[in-house]
Amino acid sequence: MTMPDTPLNLIGAVLTLFGSMFLFLGALGIIRMPDLYNKMQAGTKATTLGNILTLMGLGLLMPGWLPKIVLIILFVLITNPISSHALARAAHKAGLPLAKGSVLDQLREDEDAIAAFEAETQASSGKGVDG
Amino acid sequence: MIYFDLLICLVIVLAGVAAMRSRNLVSAAVMVGVVSLMVSYLFLRMGAPDVAMTEAAIGAGLSTLIFLIAIRRTGEDEG
Amino acid sequence: MVDLILKAALVFAGMGVALATFQLLRGPDAPNRAVALDVLTLITMPLLVGLAVHAGRIIYLDVALVYAVLAFLGVVALARYYDRGI
Repeated sequence: MTMPDTPLNLIGAVLTLFGSMFLFLGALGIIRMPDLYNKMQAGTKATTLGNILTLMGLGLLMPGWLPKIVLIILFVLITNPISSHALARAAHKAGLPLAKGSVLDQLREDEDAIAAFEAETQASSGKGVDG
Repeated sequence: MIYFDLLICLVIVLAGVAAMRSRNLVSAAVMVGVVSLMVSYLFLRMGAPDVAMTEAAIGAGLSTLIFLIAIRRTGEDEG
Repeated sequence: MVDLILKAALVFAGMGVALATFQLLRGPDAPNRAVALDVLTLITMPLLVGLAVHAGRIIYLDVALVYAVLAFLGVVALARYYDRGI
């Protein structure tokens, strides 16, 4: 269906174009980045921004539909960080390696510290039972 | 518009063939999820929103979950 | 003019779908493929809304709504599979 060239429609179409550019850049990021965590960085942040911009632009094309589109945006904003966070944590637990130039792995340090603390408390409590 | 639909059909065929040839069953389950996603788009393109909604709910969410539960019970590699 | 800009946006989205599919076919293990699935989900959702605008029927928006609610279940199930077992 053809749209008239009103200013609101033009703003919506330009927003949609920018959003789909961000979608394209996110998809480019997941094939260019070296390891899974960098891929997730590109594939989650850029793509969420592109998704929201595109949905807002399409909502401006059809102003009567804005409440439903805002509802879709809210669901995306809630569910997408949950899934990417769970996937990153699971990949770290499954032992996927970081890229070659990585300098910091704070989750590994925290897990090592927790394991050391638990071993120490178990050893001390076992000694207490023995004594 | 028609070229975009052809691209979606190509994605469906590629993901289906890759799911068939993959030796790792978890990868195959992910690819079946992609096939279901694109088939849902094609259903909506052909003017069937109810079928597309069912495909989205069952194919993307539930069937991947059931596949993964079954793979957890039986083992990951096809050998 | 508006139609031309929307067509350009569709071209960008198509290139994004092609690149994400390339990552899906290439990815050496299942988590890399799950990232591609996540990106494909987020690209397809605006496509469904764009299809609703193209057809001019608000009922098509419900499909995108159901997708936004349920599509993350697959990725979360895969994360639970690697984390501690379903």
